[in-house]
Amino acid sequence: MATAPAWTPAEPLIRIADVHKAFGAVTVLSGVSLEVMKGEVICVIGPSGSGKSTLLRCINALVPIEKGSIQVEGQEVNDPKLDKLALRRKVGMVFQQYNLFPHKTALQNVMMAPVHVLREDKAEVEARARRLLKKVRLEGKEASYPGELSGGQQQRVAIARSLAMNPDVMLFDEVTAALDPETVKEVLVTIRELAEEGMTCLIVTHEMGFAREVAGHIYFTDRGVIVEHGPPKEFFANARDPRTQQFLSQIL
Amino acid sequence: MGAGHAHSRILAGVIANRSDLPVVLPFRLGAGTGAAGAWRPGPPHAVALAIALAVFVVVGDAQAAPGTPSILTTLLKWTPLLATGFLLNIAISFIAMAAGTVAGTFLGLMQISLLAPVRGVAWFFTQFFRNAPWLVLLFYCMLLLPFELQIGGTVIPLPAWMKATAGLALAVMANVSELVRGAVQSIPFGQWEASEALAFSRRQTLWMIILPQCVKRMLPPWMNLYAILVVGTALASIVGVNESMTLTGDILAAENRTELLVPMYLYLLLWFFAYCYPIARATVSLERRFQVR
Ligand SMILES: Nc1ncnc2c1ncn2[C@@H]1O[C@H](COP(=O)(O)OP(=O)(O)OP(=O)(O)O)[C@@H](O)[C@H]1O
Ligand SMILES: [Mg+2]
Repeated sequence: MATAPAWTPAEPLIRIADVHKAFGAVTVLSGVSLEVMKGEVICVIGPSGSGKSTLLRCINALVPIEKGSIQVEGQEVNDPKLDKLALRRKVGMVFQQYNLFPHKTALQNVMMAPVHVLREDKAEVEARARRLLKKVRLEGKEASYPGELSGGQQQRVAIARSLAMNPDVMLFDEVTAALDPETVKEVLVTIRELAEEGMTCLIVTHEMGFAREVAGHIYFTDRGVIVEHGPPKEFFANARDPRTQQFLSQIL
Repeated sequence: MGAGHAHSRILAGVIANRSDLPVVLPFRLGAGTGAAGAWRPGPPHAVALAIALAVFVVVGDAQAAPGTPSILTTLLKWTPLLATGFLLNIAISFIAMAAGTVAGTFLGLMQISLLAPVRGVAWFFTQFFRNAPWLVLLFYCMLLLPFELQIGGTVIPLPAWMKATAGLALAVMANVSELVRGAVQSIPFGQWEASEALAFSRRQTLWMIILPQCVKRMLPPWMNLYAILVVGTALASIVGVNESMTLTGDILAAENRTELLVPMYLYLLLWFFAYCYPIARATVSLERRFQVR
């Protein structure tokens, strides 16, 4: 396929088909398939080590895959000729450990990539960054360094930083796992608002209540495969696979 | 693609190098206490030095033949000459530090290159020059460098002190190279990952995100290296540079008084101490400040 047909929003924004990935002798993904439509919110749950983070990293081409296919807006991510910059400005990613740049203020953190990667006008970017910080309820914290912010505040800066690239889809990798119980909520509220505004989201989470509320579809992974998936109501009410049942009984 | 390899390698590096922060090998005398190679003079050192000088001055004056000028007046008489020699020590240390830092930064960045051959070559040069005794490097530069360089039509003379500076710069380069490598690898992997996810190129990540964070971590050991270098400039006397150590020898030969020997060298030591002590104190306080955050 020399020229891929132009992607239309009627097709999945992310199409993952039979993806395999191993780190040396450790097989992490063995045949994962998953689709995300534009505007959809997907939650991925599963035990530790089941390959959830790896899956998200593959979507962003942070980690190459061995077999299968990942398409983002019709673009094959595994294509050696892939324009990674183009892919990564489409796909925003937020990490468990925030990974803010500690030597930059909150505002600078949000502004850096649009200014230096997209080479956009600095004044325009600054206006957008301030708007985004306000949106994640961090007005007044523009000049604070990450070290001066709480975990929940840092994570919201990280979300704003990702949004500043105007992505088409956001990947969240257990973004509340490192937070105090009190601050978890403020981050989840931010994500829910994004979802309600129509942002396409692929969320890895351990917060079952949140997943039930916000997700249109839930996937359960274990040992590198999708064991089961479905709309939240069905998924939580009558999980069929014993592995899902066991996981849910442990966590709920 | 190589991205995966790079990740696991950087990760491995982070783990492997936690305890492998830069050390200055030729001067690692008091290893075991605190940071290896760290030169940490304190007030007790100053007091001990002053007492030793006083004792030798008093004892020396008592032993001196009647009619000879006192040791203190002799020290004062030679102070201007000693100062010119000491200025050369400082000049050598400045130039060697500047050149060594620039070269060492690039060598250190080569050590974390994605290209294995580049990494290998950089590693070899770093290890070679870091583990060679400084004096050996000095002799090499003395013997291998010509006494003048001809670039185009202009002839640039290379006096002994310049060659000695080059030798010391090599040692600084190797130590700074390790400093840079260690600092880069001590930055959490998440910083690379977040930058990559934001579409920064590797070069941008390095220069805009990783290295600025490294500067803070590198400053104290870099200052420590400088203090050690200043002391090390005295080695240049062995290869015949007219710095303060050589001049002290000349002065002693001219005076030809045995009781002057120890006070004279103690006096010179005091000069070095007075210069390095504030640097060492600043290093310690910087280290404390950075630890708090
Ligand atoms: N860069 C890497 N090199 C080697 N092994 C890796 C690497 N990254 C992940 N792994 C391994 O892959 C497996 C899956 O890891 P992954 O982080 O994707 O799991 P996870 O589902 O996100 O788990 P958690 O819920 O704990 O975050 C683990 O066994 C992990 O040790
Ligand atoms: Mg994970």
